[in-house]
Amino acid sequence: MKKILIITIFLVSQLITLNVFAGSDGTLEIKNETKESTSEVKDCFETVNRGIFAFNQGLDKIFFKPVAKGYRYLPKAIRSGTSNALSNLSNVVTVPNNILQGQIKEAGINALRFSINSTLGIAGIFDVASYYGLNKLDKEDYGQTLGTWGVKEGCYFVLPIIGPTTVRDSLGSIVNFSGGDAWYNVTVSNNTRYFEDSDYYYSRLSTGIDFRAKNLEAFDSLEKNSLDLYASVRSLYLQDRKRKILNLDETTETMNDDDWEEIDTQ
Amino acid sequence: MFKNKFFLLIFLFPLFSIPIEAKEPSKLINEIVNEASAILSSSDPVESKIIKLNNIAEKSVDIDGIGMYTLGKYRKNLNEDQKIKYKKLFRSYFLKSFSSRLVDYSNPKINIVSEKKINEKYTIVKTVLEETSKNPRIEIDWRIYTKNPQRPLIRDLIVEGLSLARTQKEEFKSIMQNNNDDINFLFKSFEEFLIK
Repeated sequence: MKKILIITIFLVSQLITLNVFAGSDGTLEIKNETKESTSEVKDCFETVNRGIFAFNQGLDKIFFKPVAKGYRYLPKAIRSGTSNALSNLSNVVTVPNNILQGQIKEAGINALRFSINSTLGIAGIFDVASYYGLNKLDKEDYGQTLGTWGVKEGCYFVLPIIGPTTVRDSLGSIVNFSGGDAWYNVTVSNNTRYFEDSDYYYSRLSTGIDFRAKNLEAFDSLEKNSLDLYASVRSLYLQDRKRKILNLDETTETMNDDDWEEIDTQ
Repeated sequence: MFKNKFFLLIFLFPLFSIPIEAKEPSKLINEIVNEASAILSSSDPVESKIIKLNNIAEKSVDIDGIGMYTLGKYRKNLNEDQKIKYKKLFRSYFLKSFSSRLVDYSNPKINIVSEKKINEKYTIVKTVLEETSKNPRIEIDWRIYTKNPQRPLIRDLIVEGLSLARTQKEEFKSIMQNNNDDINFLFKSFEEFLIK
């Protein structure tokens, strides 16, 4: 309880740096934001963040990376099944966020996918819904919803184990633990006969390992070729979040051409 | 003798009169991908592969342009000597990093999906790196500088929506900001990377 209180106080204190445009058109604000550089998000506690980042790197070396490497040795069918089941579970957060962002059609597709894959697809192991033409859509979370509503990122910071985040994304995560995640509700929040608290934590851990296993070479390459790995990860995280909030497939719309325009080498 | 000269003129004249055709950006990517695939799947020693990959980069990537872009606002404060030193170090850094990223792939399969012209200067070529037993399917967009249509050049790779040039730019910015905007610290970082 004390821990939650400390975290809440910390996050609320960060709210001061947020700019919430309650009365403005959120979409418009976000579209304007595409012209800004991701580096404009403040890294308010960089020294502390770099320390936590180094700790996470150490943890990755001794735990996540070896486990992810081991996970890679599992047959592809098992890995795909695990990945599908975890992705299916994420729909319980995606669907309410689709609705909150006004994506009613996407909410319907994701709800149908969840129903079909949870039953016919045996707890989501098989992506049966895709055979019916209901293709997988992008995941949504409460941090992205806040972004589409016009809430700015606030400070960037790094959490132990969890990794990079911003004040806005952390607030989004708090919504998960306050009733916004049905999976958390039936495992941890409420005592049900069917699920244990550990089911939730195992699923979270598996999501992390699955992600790490899919990106082993990419992470190694980034680590090997970066002059400042911390800055690279920060940039990639912020670019990724911005793109997800904009729900854009067209990369060109998120590019800032201003700096390129000045450079003439031909 | 006269006959020979006459025939030579007849053959050479059309060569000069043919205008140099513009090169399609997707054709450029196709050529590079095929060339790189052949190198990576060959049984050549790693050192030889690196040299060949670097040759591809030298002729098809706008290394100087990327270097200036990634330096951001700091490029305006450099004197001529610093500019020359930066260009030289960045080129070495880029080529080492470029070949090091690629050399681990044995036979990458990249398919061209589409081509979109943004304006006179830029075209985006969308490609997909096919899924392997190890890696998931990855979308890669190539930002091609087409100001000179006869010689299009790659200026950025956007992997799953994440720009490598922008990431690099923010990395350099961070090094500069944490060292009182002193370019010598960036030079030092390059040198440390190059001797690794």
